[in-house]
Amino acid sequence: MASYLAGRLASLLISLVVASIVIFLVIEVVPGDPAQFMLGLNAQPDTLAALRTQLGLDEPALIRYFTWIFGMLHGDFGISYTYRTPVSELVAQRIGVSAPLALLSLALTVIIGLPAGIIAAARRNSATDAAVMGATQLGIAVPNFWFAIMLVWIFAVILHWFPAGGFPGWNKGIWLGFKGLLLPSIALALPQAAILARVMRSSLLDTLGEDYIRTARAKGLPRAQALWKHAVRNALIPVLTIVGLQFSFLLAGGIIIENVFYLPGLGRLTFQGITQRDLITVKTVIMLLVFAVIFVNFLVEIAYVLVDPRLRRRA
Amino acid sequence: MKLFKALMAAAALALVTGAAQAARTDVTIAMQLEPPSLDPTTGGAAAAIRSVTYGNIFEGLTKIDSAGAVQPLLAKSWDISDDGLTYTFHLQDGVKFQDGTPLTAADVKYSLDTARGEKSVNAQKQLFAKIASVDAVDDHTVKVTLSGPQGDFLYNMGWGDAVIVSEKTAASNGTNPVGTGPYKLGEWVKGDHVTLTANPDYWGAKPAIQTATMKFISEPTAAVAAILAGDVDYFGGFPAPEALTQIKADPRLQIIVGATNGETVLAMNNGKAPLDNVKVRAAIAHAIDRKAIIDGAQFGYGTPIGSFFPPSDPAYIDLTSVSNFDPELSKKLLAEAGVSNLSLSLKLPPASYARAAGPIIQQELANVGIKVEISNVEWADWLSNVFKQKDYDLTIISHVEPNDYGIFARDDYYFAYKSDAYKKVVEEIGNTTDPKKQVELKQEAQKILANDFAAGFLFEYPFITIASKDLKGLWENQPIPAMPISEMSWSE
Repeated sequence: MASYLAGRLASLLISLVVASIVIFLVIEVVPGDPAQFMLGLNAQPDTLAALRTQLGLDEPALIRYFTWIFGMLHGDFGISYTYRTPVSELVAQRIGVSAPLALLSLALTVIIGLPAGIIAAARRNSATDAAVMGATQLGIAVPNFWFAIMLVWIFAVILHWFPAGGFPGWNKGIWLGFKGLLLPSIALALPQAAILARVMRSSLLDTLGEDYIRTARAKGLPRAQALWKHAVRNALIPVLTIVGLQFSFLLAGGIIIENVFYLPGLGRLTFQGITQRDLITVKTVIMLLVFAVIFVNFLVEIAYVLVDPRLRRRA
Repeated sequence: MKLFKALMAAAALALVTGAAQAARTDVTIAMQLEPPSLDPTTGGAAAAIRSVTYGNIFEGLTKIDSAGAVQPLLAKSWDISDDGLTYTFHLQDGVKFQDGTPLTAADVKYSLDTARGEKSVNAQKQLFAKIASVDAVDDHTVKVTLSGPQGDFLYNMGWGDAVIVSEKTAASNGTNPVGTGPYKLGEWVKGDHVTLTANPDYWGAKPAIQTATMKFISEPTAAVAAILAGDVDYFGGFPAPEALTQIKADPRLQIIVGATNGETVLAMNNGKAPLDNVKVRAAIAHAIDRKAIIDGAQFGYGTPIGSFFPPSDPAYIDLTSVSNFDPELSKKLLAEAGVSNLSLSLKLPPASYARAAGPIIQQELANVGIKVEISNVEWADWLSNVFKQKDYDLTIISHVEPNDYGIFARDDYYFAYKSDAYKKVVEEIGNTTDPKKQVELKQEAQKILANDFAAGFLFEYPFITIASKDLKGLWENQPIPAMPISEMSWSE
């Protein structure tokens, strides 16, 4: 168990170092000058030079790489070129939107997706199964930005139950914050729930076909007990992998939904950072997302051990 | 039908209760882009900085009003010496910065000296280029000495970039702006909104609106939904004319179409063969049907221009006939220039007007036998490759700064247009203080650019406002980027 953990941890660290180098290099070769972007079309050459010095853009790349890395290790993520405020502050504000959004979406995904998949598998080839499969087909096929726009039209423009978008900030009260995140998280969650339901169903069907389930049933175990005690638990491994991937996607990939609902999340911060060449913010946010993804995978690998005792013994 | 009746009843009820209440004192404004900073003197060129701060948080010696005319503001009056070189400004009495510090001549000296100084990061440093010295005569008098006469000096001092800041707060004005204006910063939730609240100690007239929330909605579809849902009262500079039909159908809303100072041009690289040949440039200009572009790319919103000057300017002359749509003439000119099988690159920045106009121009040029290769580029990419390296043949862009005809006189500018005659006229405009002579010179300048086909002049970019019908005091035009909230009010 300990050596398994140590191995996973080492691979986590190596991934992070490699990622930091790749991110830095990619950002380095992107064309465009942050100072020129900020000062616009009328800027004089001396003004550009003054701003470049102020932003620390005229230092050599190697020095900037190590300043960046060591800064991050100390929790100092640098100063955003555009906003001129610490990147850590910007990111913290955005995580306050993106993390709850991702968690809420993931919760909805699991709450909808898992039961749907289990029911469909348990009642294979029934009308329920067909209905669930049809619904998931639709959930995957409908583009989520379109679905998001539909939600806005129905619940904001016509019914006025929800604001059309924006995030009031947690300081205005938890309920208002939750209300601001509910429609976007539904828009994010439904396609994911559809994917999860299909994975759950097929994984469970595979497990239900295994010999040990037949044996358990032959020994007189009721169908429901065989399903819940043996099959579901064993079917969870591939499902966990998908859930891990989905969380990463929900945390980093919500940019389209963030745009439709104009939420101040990490996706929009990154997108805006790229267009405005606020490169210091971009590389920090990407690094943090990479860290989050790698860390979630690490957690998923630990979760395998919890679900599957064989891995525990082998380790 | 029942539902319809119920809706009507609800609407009538809303009207009645609405009328009984006092007029609202808050307004919610949508903006497409978030300002990166709230300090217009150091935060860069983004128009959004001016929209939020100009005349709201910060004020200058003079101001530009909604008609584009110069008005006194922090300077209640001024004297100009006979040689036009010395401006003596008399400051308003009783003006305080929002931190309680009184405004003095020293603040004016500090602001102007910083903006023109060596370490200045002011995006419009050229505004201050002719200032030779700034002296505080006494607490309420400032003397500015110029190195040469400058016709539009008072206008320049009204730009958002020339506002007066206090040395005490200058370093933190980007995130926590402290000005002399009628509003101060309430909160700034980055990426979401800025809230401005009325400044109780303001020196001038008390505004009707007490709280203004500016929300940043980059996606036009999302903005339309927010407006229709009633979450937003005002959107100035709406970027998606194609969505206006939906808005028009709503009786609660008004649409105002005004003008900006944005000359939208098909820029041509005058320094690159064969575009250095005026006949080739003329051929391109004559191949373009402005009406087709305005209809196709702008849904009919926009005024055709024939030179680089806004139609709202008193000195404007209509020169569209110089480059009228005439494909036959275009073909003839190409033949005369001895150019055949011409193939040009057209680089399009992300602005929707550029991306929409590009394919139309491509088609129009194809009709006269010019092959155009379109590539879409990002803004930052456009700035470094097209603007700085001049690596392009054609591009489409709107030049939004007021009085920016001088860019065609700059040697290093990306047009690569070089005309001694034009430079001479621009220099004379700068040196002339006689308004009548200025108009003549400006018209001369317009003719030179039109006759040289220095660019393909397309249209003046419109300023489209969508607002609640009851919101009054909105700027119809944008002579400079501004959104003065103190001029707004709700009708009762």
